[in-house]
Amino acid sequence: MLRTRLQPLHPIAWWCWAGALAVAASRTTNPLLLGLLLAAVAWVVTTRRGNSPWARSFAALMRLGLIVIVIRVVVQVLFGDRVPGATWFTLPSVPLPSWAAGVTIGGPVTAQAAIGAFCQGLQIAVILACFGAANSLASSFRLLRCVPAGLYEVAVAVTVAISFTPQVVLSIARVRDARRLRGRATSGLKAWRGLAVPVLDGALERSVALAASMDARGFGRRSTSPRRRQATAAATLGGLVGLGIGLFEVLDSGSASGLGLAVVLVGGALVLGGLAAASHGSRSRYRPDRWLVAEWLVVLAGLAAVAGVVAAGSNDPNALVQPLYPLALPAGPVVALAGILAATVPSVTAPIPAPMRAKLRRAVA
Amino acid sequence: MISFDRVTVTYPGASAPALANVSLAIEEGHLALVIGATGSGKSTLLRCVNGLVPHFSGGRLNGTVTVDGRSTEQYRPRDLADAVGYVGQDPDATFVADTVEDELAYAMENLGVDSATMRRRVEDVLDTLNLHALRQRAISTLSGGQRQRVAIGAAFTAAPRALVLDEPTSSLDPVSAEEVLASLARLVHDQGTTILVAEHRLERIVQFADIVVEIGAVPGDVRSGSPAAIFATAELAPPVVRLARVAGWSPVPLSVRDARRHAPELRHRLEASKGPATTASPGDRVADVKGLTAAYGPIPALADVTLDFHEGEVLAVMGRNGAGKSTLLHHLVGLRRPQRGSVEVLGRAPASLAASEAIRLVGLVPQDPGALLCAENVATECRDGDRDGKLAEGTTRAMLESLVGGISDDTHPKDLSEGQRLALALAIVLAPEPPLLLLDEPTRGLDYGAKERLSRQLRQFAARGHCVVVATHDVELVAEVADRVVVLADGEVITDGPVRSVVCHSAGLASQVARILAPAEWLTVEEAATALAGRSPEDRTSS
Repeated sequence: MLRTRLQPLHPIAWWCWAGALAVAASRTTNPLLLGLLLAAVAWVVTTRRGNSPWARSFAALMRLGLIVIVIRVVVQVLFGDRVPGATWFTLPSVPLPSWAAGVTIGGPVTAQAAIGAFCQGLQIAVILACFGAANSLASSFRLLRCVPAGLYEVAVAVTVAISFTPQVVLSIARVRDARRLRGRATSGLKAWRGLAVPVLDGALERSVALAASMDARGFGRRSTSPRRRQATAAATLGGLVGLGIGLFEVLDSGSASGLGLAVVLVGGALVLGGLAAASHGSRSRYRPDRWLVAEWLVVLAGLAAVAGVVAAGSNDPNALVQPLYPLALPAGPVVALAGILAATVPSVTAPIPAPMRAKLRRAVA
Repeated sequence: MISFDRVTVTYPGASAPALANVSLAIEEGHLALVIGATGSGKSTLLRCVNGLVPHFSGGRLNGTVTVDGRSTEQYRPRDLADAVGYVGQDPDATFVADTVEDELAYAMENLGVDSATMRRRVEDVLDTLNLHALRQRAISTLSGGQRQRVAIGAAFTAAPRALVLDEPTSSLDPVSAEEVLASLARLVHDQGTTILVAEHRLERIVQFADIVVEIGAVPGDVRSGSPAAIFATAELAPPVVRLARVAGWSPVPLSVRDARRHAPELRHRLEASKGPATTASPGDRVADVKGLTAAYGPIPALADVTLDFHEGEVLAVMGRNGAGKSTLLHHLVGLRRPQRGSVEVLGRAPASLAASEAIRLVGLVPQDPGALLCAENVATECRDGDRDGKLAEGTTRAMLESLVGGISDDTHPKDLSEGQRLALALAIVLAPEPPLLLLDEPTRGLDYGAKERLSRQLRQFAARGHCVVVATHDVELVAEVADRVVVLADGEVITDGPVRSVVCHSAGLASQVARILAPAEWLTVEEAATALAGRSPEDRTSS
């Protein structure tokens, strides 16, 4: 099947790709590899994101990542374990009683401690950036459109909740403004108490209006009988409970007991059956996302990065960490570099989002 | 297509019915306009059509409502989704998806329409409502007029044979409103859709209506008929109709175009009388804005705005949705600090004053006056007002009484009518007697009666020496009340001049009377009426 001009890449493909890169990042603290992963993610995002407000979430999560790095390093310098090595400077230390063993305040700060903390912070920042990239390239809204029809009601609830949060922020700003217009304080405990009621009030009104609009547009209208709906819901719920208990049993005992495994299988079958039965409703889907060659390429590109990093690790486990004793430049294992390079393939193979295509056309003209 | 048979609606806990004994029939392919004072039950009538009343709202409905042969007694709103599309008052609260296309398809997905039909209908609606360029945009990035059109489209893609709209243009600037109304006209003419629409600003929509339903103040007093018949006597009438009544034209013209055929004769009669009054020179300076620049993130909101504000003047700030009107008011009242430039009210910067001090200097009635009200009842609200402004007890209540009488102490602010709520917010803001009074879009949801009362009061405040600044889309209000008009576009001041020259010489901002009588410079029906009666029109600033 051919891709139509307007069809964006399947959101699940983007989330798989970003997830794979996050897995790759979680396997290494080598700052060279982490930096390259970050560069690969950023490059794909800048070349393939749309212009929805969600497209900006990458920058927001990058900023969050920066904050994580700073906090990680500062915490290490102030309270962290005193790591031996080349001392940069010494902070005045506070002696703590013996029951607070393991916690230190101040003391000598070594290059090893600071660099090690930086690498760990960088790892978290790259994982955050992968999450931001997934959101920028395929918003959570688009991901939620892919859930099976049996979970449709849940997906709607989540969708509404996601769009609700920014509304609450706006609503708080409005109520604060109103308080000032009436000559009341806008900060302090009293002000916050005064905010809660009008904000909740507004949220309630919005929910009622939304419910009316959804009702008027046929939400919850189904041809299946209520009895059948109850049966499928019961099957799904029962299956989930069984699955949970079975998994607990299997993972807890370490060795898969026959009973646990059976419960897992029965529970899983019930869940799948329930979802399948519920999907036989009367809903249809507008332009469902399709899984074509481009989607496979994007997923494979993500997997290539994981494979590269894992292979480098099995060749030489030290290649994936920052060498601290002695301090040296991080290694650059070729197979990992190749894998990360392959992860940038979507910047060429993935379809360009329509709004961006229009912009490109204008730029060329 | 839509028929009401002796319908009476009583909400739970209400002592009187919201609608009483309504019978009417709307034929297929007609655009029916519902008019009536605020609180007369227009919204209730509309929500009856697809069964939201009583299925969703609760309460009791006697009689039968049938739409497309189906009675709302047996069918719930969701079962009528393929017969009636419903667009509520606030489109922002009704969106489910994040992009335009998904929102349009939502109703069809619920109905289980097959995918080929779905594609075709979405394309049709994108074309009909002129949304094609926006198809993949996130809804949160659209302007007010665009959002309203998306909401209409979302209700219309399920191919309902009737469409119900509750005040679709009340928050839109004149040009966006025209776009929305033109879209509605296209749905009626090209697709034979039956449309039932409630509106307060009749001047824009009257010319599209095939039938008018008038809900009177007395319960049970509902008339319907052709626009000409209803407007020959209706209490609520757009300026063109009132001008026709004053000038004695028959049959009553409903559009500016029809009225202009009679215009030469009326201009001639008006020429004989004294020309329209010119306004007196303004008083002392109250506030100053110098080089004010503001932005929301990367988006510029105001660019180098310089304005002065004077005692005793009513200044109207106009411009498209998003032109920077509200931002200007927010700076004047001190909600925002200027990034560059300065804002001074009587020599002091409102943003650096404590809130309790600022309200004695400048007051703002926001777009939704209800936002200011948070107490349980009117009496508490007024007492809180006295306390916040450190005023003598009873000041706010007395102010409210002077604006609108007869509101009982224990009414909940949410149960007040739109006009009463505005009056209560105004009373609270005015009680500390701020020399500068700002109103943001005050006529939203007001009927002609409430609007007239508001204009009279604004003139009185100006006469008492307040400077009144009104940010509004409502050209008729501007023509009635303003001395001076400032037009903003993309955050810049485009025009700053006396109302007569601005309103009479602008295509988009002209009042109906100005359009009819151009090139003569008349603004309002009252001016023409007093001139015809042979009296010289009273001087505005001395009233």
